Amino acid sequence: MADTTNMGAPAPHRISLTERSPAVARRKRKDLILQGFGLLAIFIAFAVMFLLFASLIRTGHTAFVQTHVTLDVYVDPAEIPLDGLPRGGFQDVVTNALIAKLPSADEDSERRAVRNIISNGAQFYLRDRVVADPSLIGQTISIKVPVSDAYDQLHKGSISRDTPEALRRVNDEGIAWFDELIADGAISKPLNFSLITNADSRFPELAGLRGALVGSFWALLTCFVIAFPTGIGAAIYLEEFAPKNKVSDLIEVNINNLAAVPSVVFGLLALAVFLNYLGMPRSAPFVGGLTLALMTMPTIIIATRAALKAVPPSIREAALGVGASKQQVVFQHVLPLAMPGILTGTIIGLAQALGETAPLLLIGMNAFITSAASTPFEAATALPTQIFIWADSPERGFVSRTSAAILVLLTFLIFMNGIAIYLRSKFERRW
Amino acid sequence: MILLAFIILFVAAAIGYVINIRAAQAIRDGGAPLHSLVGFHGMFSALVVLVPVFILILLWIALADPLIQRLVAASLPEGTFDGLGTGAIQLIMAEINSLAGGRVFGTPEDWKIEAAERLVGYERTADIALVVVVIIAVIALIAFARRTVIAEFRARQGSEGIMLRLMAFCAIFAIFVTIAIVFALVYETSKFFSMVPITEFLFGLNWEPQIPIRADQIAAEGAFGAVPVFLGTLVIASVALIVAIPIGLMTAIYLNEFASRRVRSVVKPFLEILAGVPTVVYGFFAILVVAPWLRSTGASLGIDVASNTALAAGSVMGIMLIPFISSFADDALSAVPQSLRDGALALGATRSETMLNVLVPAAIPGIVGGILLAVSRAIGETMIVVMAAGLIARMTINPLDSVTAVTVQIVTLLIGDTAFDNPKTLSAFALGMMLFIITLGINVLALRIVRKYREIYD
Amino acid sequence: MMDDLRRIERTAEMNDTKISAKGVQVFYGDTHAIKDVDVQIGDKTVTAFIGPSGCGKSTFLRCLNRMNDTIDICRVQGSITMDGQDIYDPRVDPVQLRAKVGMVFQKPNPFPKSIYDNVAYGPKIHGLAQTKADMDVIVEASLRRAAIWNEVKDRLDAPGTGLSGGQQQRLCIARAVATAPEVLLMDEPCSALDPIATAQIEELIDELRQQFSVVIVTHSMQQAARVSQKTAFFHLGNLVEFNDTDQIFTNPQDPRTESYITGRIG
Repeated sequence: MADTTNMGAPAPHRISLTERSPAVARRKRKDLILQGFGLLAIFIAFAVMFLLFASLIRTGHTAFVQTHVTLDVYVDPAEIPLDGLPRGGFQDVVTNALIAKLPSADEDSERRAVRNIISNGAQFYLRDRVVADPSLIGQTISIKVPVSDAYDQLHKGSISRDTPEALRRVNDEGIAWFDELIADGAISKPLNFSLITNADSRFPELAGLRGALVGSFWALLTCFVIAFPTGIGAAIYLEEFAPKNKVSDLIEVNINNLAAVPSVVFGLLALAVFLNYLGMPRSAPFVGGLTLALMTMPTIIIATRAALKAVPPSIREAALGVGASKQQVVFQHVLPLAMPGILTGTIIGLAQALGETAPLLLIGMNAFITSAASTPFEAATALPTQIFIWADSPERGFVSRTSAAILVLLTFLIFMNGIAIYLRSKFERRW
Repeated sequence: MILLAFIILFVAAAIGYVINIRAAQAIRDGGAPLHSLVGFHGMFSALVVLVPVFILILLWIALADPLIQRLVAASLPEGTFDGLGTGAIQLIMAEINSLAGGRVFGTPEDWKIEAAERLVGYERTADIALVVVVIIAVIALIAFARRTVIAEFRARQGSEGIMLRLMAFCAIFAIFVTIAIVFALVYETSKFFSMVPITEFLFGLNWEPQIPIRADQIAAEGAFGAVPVFLGTLVIASVALIVAIPIGLMTAIYLNEFASRRVRSVVKPFLEILAGVPTVVYGFFAILVVAPWLRSTGASLGIDVASNTALAAGSVMGIMLIPFISSFADDALSAVPQSLRDGALALGATRSETMLNVLVPAAIPGIVGGILLAVSRAIGETMIVVMAAGLIARMTINPLDSVTAVTVQIVTLLIGDTAFDNPKTLSAFALGMMLFIITLGINVLALRIVRKYREIYD
Repeated sequence: MMDDLRRIERTAEMNDTKISAKGVQVFYGDTHAIKDVDVQIGDKTVTAFIGPSGCGKSTFLRCLNRMNDTIDICRVQGSITMDGQDIYDPRVDPVQLRAKVGMVFQKPNPFPKSIYDNVAYGPKIHGLAQTKADMDVIVEASLRRAAIWNEVKDRLDAPGTGLSGGQQQRLCIARAVATAPEVLLMDEPCSALDPIATAQIEELIDELRQQFSVVIVTHSMQQAARVSQKTAFFHLGNLVEFNDTDQIFTNPQDPRTESYITGRIG
């Protein structure tokens, strides 16, 4: 201990513990400043999130109701002959009923303007009912049809009556007619089930998400069927069986990198290989699902490996100790114990796939398709691509429908993540 | 028909399973000791049937249709395709296909109808051939598997061997995906560079990928200088990182050091929600809220702001990256051993001193790795920029200007019909190739840093 | 049984009380970790806390510089005074307290910085050095006091994490004494070290006694016997016996202490 001298050693400083020195106060202030910055950052994130949801709900909530007009339609046999079904002058018949409600409108010269109040698709509501029950021909029936987008927006307040007429999509005359209908009690605003039950349409008041929901369903199903078994198989092999050598290192690095490859690159792969080289159908949810499966697989592999790693080696040793083969150990003991973690990872991966847009755009799942696909090989859209299409459409009605579609998508995502969180908390084991 | 083939396959696998189990039971009941359990004999048969035939059907799906198309094309009268571009050839083939599907438009020429009939014939033959081949294959395989059932047969080793190879294949499949990506990109990109010189693409300052549709059209020849496109991506990504890094880091620091457990339990899931919002939603948010707000703010300050600025796209992308950076930074800070934190506190350091002087410097590699991954995300992010950024490539670094991005160009060039002999289409693959190389480089670097960092404190 | 061990000559005279604990209770959530502990820690004395693992000796040690404050679920009751002042008084700033009560941990935990910066960190944040020259003096003196100066004087810019385990621990001691504390707490400082490094640290502890009041937690009775003047035996959260080290090891009053030092519990 030769070098233990007291040369220059700091003397213990005898300050009272409760006495506050300005230096300490200054240091404490820095604590507060750092905390303040942290809180500010979290506040900004919260505020943006709030703004995001608030703006979606503000613009989107109106799309969950749809303005309808109730008409008493005389199903004129002269216009709609029984043997002509399903063709017939349905539009004229519906327009007649509307004009009958509006005594102030001139029957001939203003027929066109009056007809603009109701949706172009209104005739199909009548047609479907008459085709389903041809005995209605010759009778007067009460039918509720959607009004056109402009009047829908007017009724929901998105088009202000104070705007000068020239800048407004609805003229004063139209507003007068519409007010007559309101006074008559013919206008109602029921829940808009057609948002879910209709397929896409050029007319916002008729456009719905059915095609997109079905398309997303097929794509996710394909994605799950391919990515789930492959992902688990790969993870089990890498975690339990693979020899630790250059090849398994390469595979591991490769999987980690694949998980970070931009999604649009997967779209390029799908376009060049699946569509151009293998000649698979364009816009098909099957191809979309295949592409999404390639993207989801790394996520599932990584989650599965983490879940397998979390099962303690003592379980494996115990099973090996009673003479089980290595595969019996994995499939009968380790895999069941890791299953909650695997499912959580899979659901989170599928939720990501559900929101993925760019690769689906490249394989043409942004086509305009007015019917729902009945098989995964037919052309379809998916929820996120439908949102993209609607976001691109100029009509005012599509703005609220885009927001509404996003709310539907987010509902699905929150639901899926909720299941994942529930699984995690319910089955999570601490070893 | 493909469905039928799959049904036959699964039924056959089940039959093989049952047959082998019965046979093994018979041997066991006869008193001979089986090497493997009865179930493994059944399993072996099912796997022997399933695996090869499944692969067969998949190959059939992948190869039959292109083959038929080629056969039909080859059977067309001599010289049909002479002097036609791929677009026109695709059009003819599409017409034949729709004729074969029963959708007739106008009055097609006779040779087209004949070709369509041939196509239908080939398809029917192919379908029947598939089913026949599958039936023969499954019968042969069931018979083969049945003959293996003897007392000494190591059915467990047999079926486990097949399972192991299947799982190994799944693992290697990930490499195939990478190879497929590289192959597709390199192949199409090399075609592109045979039309456009690589130096123009890499160093050209003018990006106008419009190609005249008709020969006599008075349009630009098309310019493929990618520099302004990459510059646009760079500007947008920079804006995004300027927004995301401070907010993300500060959030992580607060959560890691100052937040009570209750605050953590609220903020963490909230950040997870933010991370789970699809980018198409952020894109819509940018055009619905952020861009108009920037515009009106700019107008009130007397600045003319374009509606699709780098600022709008970049700031929204920054919001998207906040949870990404904060969770990486939080993990990195949490990975710093408690003993270092204790050491600093025991010296009388305040919490902010502990954080800024000890924990953050110790966590720097992890944080940098996370930021690099965020950079790669920002460069590869597509939907936000497709919706909120512009289409015209400009040489500018002003975030208030409308700029375009690599991913925007890829998507716009490839939306709609795509002809693979057109430099316009192929340029998208060249851009994709660059994007892939750059993001791959960043990712490899970032993952290596993060992994090294974890090893230090494990 | 102690005859084979090196003993360090003790100063017989008892110094003034530096820290006095009365009726200390510690709870971890619902667990009652420390039950009603009274102990007097003398100035310029080495006090050893011994006992089987999980007996609460480390927990109690961490009460003395309020390191338990950093654990959310930990509550401390009773009074602990230092020089007559209650350290759990709400007006007491733990930051200032910890400058006066230094701590050395079980595992050496140098910061991932240079050797110089490791030692200079405490003086820097507490403002003990006005100039670089002052700081150099403090760093050198601290490293000398921790008996590591000769080994590192040529590589003060090398990272502290590159030293050997024993050197790292002495660096941590240097770091702790650099803030000029009055009390030095040591939580099993040798448990991660080899016998040679342990011997060096033990020698060092005896040197440090000249200036500091040292409290050392150890699971090794031999170590306690070698380095301490007073020994406290903890068992299941209770302070069973507190007396001169000689007394504890030669003539324990409590049957539990006797069982422990003769190896029947623990």
